[in-house]
Amino acid sequence: MRNPPRLSRLYEATEQVITIEKDSPPRILFSGEDLLLEDLPVGTRVVYPRPPVEGLPNVKSAVRWALNHPEGCEPLHAKLRPGMKVTIAVDDISLPLPPMRTPDVRQTVLEILLELLADSGVDDVHIVIAIALHRRMTEPEVRRMVGRRIFEAWWPDRLYHHDAEDPEGLVQLGTTEHGEKVVLNRRAAESDLIIYVNLNLVPMDGGHKSMATGLTSYQGVKANHTPAAIRKSWSYMDPPRSELHRSVDRVGRLIDRELDVFHVETTINNRMFDGPLDFLVKREEDFVEADRLKFEGMRALLKRLPRAAKRRMLHAVPAAYDVIAVHAGRTEPTHKRILEASYAQYLVDVDFQADVLVYGIPYISPYNVNSILNPLLVQVMACGYFFNFYRGKPLVKKGGTLIVTHHCSDEFDPDQHPSYIEFFHRLLPETRDSALLEQKYEREFAENPSYVHMYRTGHAYHGAHPFFMWYWGENGRQHLGRVIAVGSDNEHVPRLLGWDSAKTLSEAIDMARSVHGRGAEIALLHHPPIVMTQNLG
Amino acid sequence: MAGGEACKGAFFDVDGTLVRTNLVHAFGFYAMNQGSILGTAWQTLRTVASIPLFWATDKVNRKLFNELFYRYYQGQTEDRLVVLAEELFQEVLRPAIYPGTPRLLDEARRAGCRLVLCTGALDLTMRPLARHLGVDDLIANRMHFVDGVATGRVVPPIIEGAHKALAIRDYCLRQGLALEQSHAFSDSFSDYPMLAVVGHPTAVNPDLRLRGVARAYEWPVVSTLEG
Repeated sequence: MRNPPRLSRLYEATEQVITIEKDSPPRILFSGEDLLLEDLPVGTRVVYPRPPVEGLPNVKSAVRWALNHPEGCEPLHAKLRPGMKVTIAVDDISLPLPPMRTPDVRQTVLEILLELLADSGVDDVHIVIAIALHRRMTEPEVRRMVGRRIFEAWWPDRLYHHDAEDPEGLVQLGTTEHGEKVVLNRRAAESDLIIYVNLNLVPMDGGHKSMATGLTSYQGVKANHTPAAIRKSWSYMDPPRSELHRSVDRVGRLIDRELDVFHVETTINNRMFDGPLDFLVKREEDFVEADRLKFEGMRALLKRLPRAAKRRMLHAVPAAYDVIAVHAGRTEPTHKRILEASYAQYLVDVDFQADVLVYGIPYISPYNVNSILNPLLVQVMACGYFFNFYRGKPLVKKGGTLIVTHHCSDEFDPDQHPSYIEFFHRLLPETRDSALLEQKYEREFAENPSYVHMYRTGHAYHGAHPFFMWYWGENGRQHLGRVIAVGSDNEHVPRLLGWDSAKTLSEAIDMARSVHGRGAEIALLHHPPIVMTQNLG
Repeated sequence: MAGGEACKGAFFDVDGTLVRTNLVHAFGFYAMNQGSILGTAWQTLRTVASIPLFWATDKVNRKLFNELFYRYYQGQTEDRLVVLAEELFQEVLRPAIYPGTPRLLDEARRAGCRLVLCTGALDLTMRPLARHLGVDDLIANRMHFVDGVATGRVVPPIIEGAHKALAIRDYCLRQGLALEQSHAFSDSFSDYPMLAVVGHPTAVNPDLRLRGVARAYEWPVVSTLEG
């Protein structure tokens, strides 16, 4: 006969949504570089990620198979001929998060591609890191991503960053039927074949977005990264319902008409943490004594370390991701296959919308690898990424309250995010209106010669990047009635973001209940790892 | 240059910002090129002997430093100084231009800025550099000449410290440029007034003190040391 605890464990392991009861354990939430242990009100629904999909047993053979059995076109080797000019574009380390354990899947794909190209007599090959308006990576970061062997042979002459501000290095391919200018990296545009090596972390990545965004200029990004496009994106994790993606697709289709582009797309499971941090990907109900000890030890350590040391330590822990799918070929059919695999990992069906949504904001985002999650990026994670982790209806009702846990320190990295500082301290006190910011200040920041110079020669994000980060939260801001930051170490950051603040989670929930009533429906989106809700009702 | 359409300026300090030299390099070059062996030896000896005095004066009073410094030009003919300026540019300044300088100037030009060098060096020594870099204008000290011979005094006000800020403000007024939209670039804390007077100051290869100020005031810090 089964005993009740085992039955309970079986139930918890198969259901992704758990309802908090009187004797439920407290939940772990990230708050920047710290971990919180919080009791949630009875009746709160906790949405957990799916367990990791099993990884491919042999990634190299999967890559080779994909190259030989592409979607919608002839195999890669049939496209190659001696003397042709080939450009390989590759995603930067803004994903996955945290960076994956070596060898990075990009290294695996590149090694196979370079061998195939050499065997086919293709010598004129360049590898361009498609950073768009992101920061240039440091040499150790590039070496880690592509592997020592490729780095030493190719860097910096034939392996380098795309430069979105090099007037000589860009070319305009045309204009879409909607008037979007299509600007592309000159080397790629003048190649006989472009091979794009991508890594999909979430469903908004990849497809036409790889070429249309990764290898373009400020003008190219500007064509679709606008407040108006974001307002019409429900959500940008659901490309067919995202205006941003509709625009990107138009640009990408024009590129595909003009150039021969072969995509190699990959995606990974959600095994974000393992070893001493594996308790982070377990449900609190499943904790054994060892998990509690690991958690308590880690929490105590993090409490005692200075923030910079905590950050350095957490950024140094790579993720144990497994590759779960590799597909290659023409843009759209290839991306369709990858999206299926990505959704299978992340989507959790729900049939409700909450009045109050809670989530912890971690220490990392796509835009602060090895750096600080500054207040603007906290906003991106809260109102942008995490809010957009849905298909169908958002997890929180229109006008609902979002509660986030983060210290919201007024701390910026002046080398990586110089224009963010000016945006936050000079512009936000004047207005939070995205349309006004776009119209009045975006061009000034984009053209600021200091920011341009830091982007091109240092490791700084483009001057206009903080604007896109602010727009990124636009549909969240439009939808949410209120955002409450829990645990902020100052008053002015939440205020500049237009948020309220509370000292504790229970205080924040009381504040939310004062608006939505005692019977307010509360939900917790339990990150990490990544989870997306699907509510098609 | 963008002609009359520019409404903002980009003001660049030169020594340490765009080139790897300072006033003493130029001065040493003139001392070493006196036209006769005896003249060269005498001037070089005077220069070497003056280094401790220059160093001490620079620490105490930059204005006094400049006044003392330029007295060493006394007696030189204008023609000769102009010829030597060309040689100074070819032999000293041109090889010392930082690799990132052309790119920084180009980025400011693309942003629609009117490019202006603003330096405490003599205008005649800076003209070949300004021409080479393709800048639009030059704010620099001017040597006072009588009958084509340098008096060793510069035409006041000496362009340094706070006077750089005043010169930039006056220049913007004259040219119809918006000061609050203009940019200034310097490597040294002594140029704090010049940086503070514009809307967009930037520290370039900054000394420790300027780096601290730039961090405190959240000014961008850029490097021209690499191309």
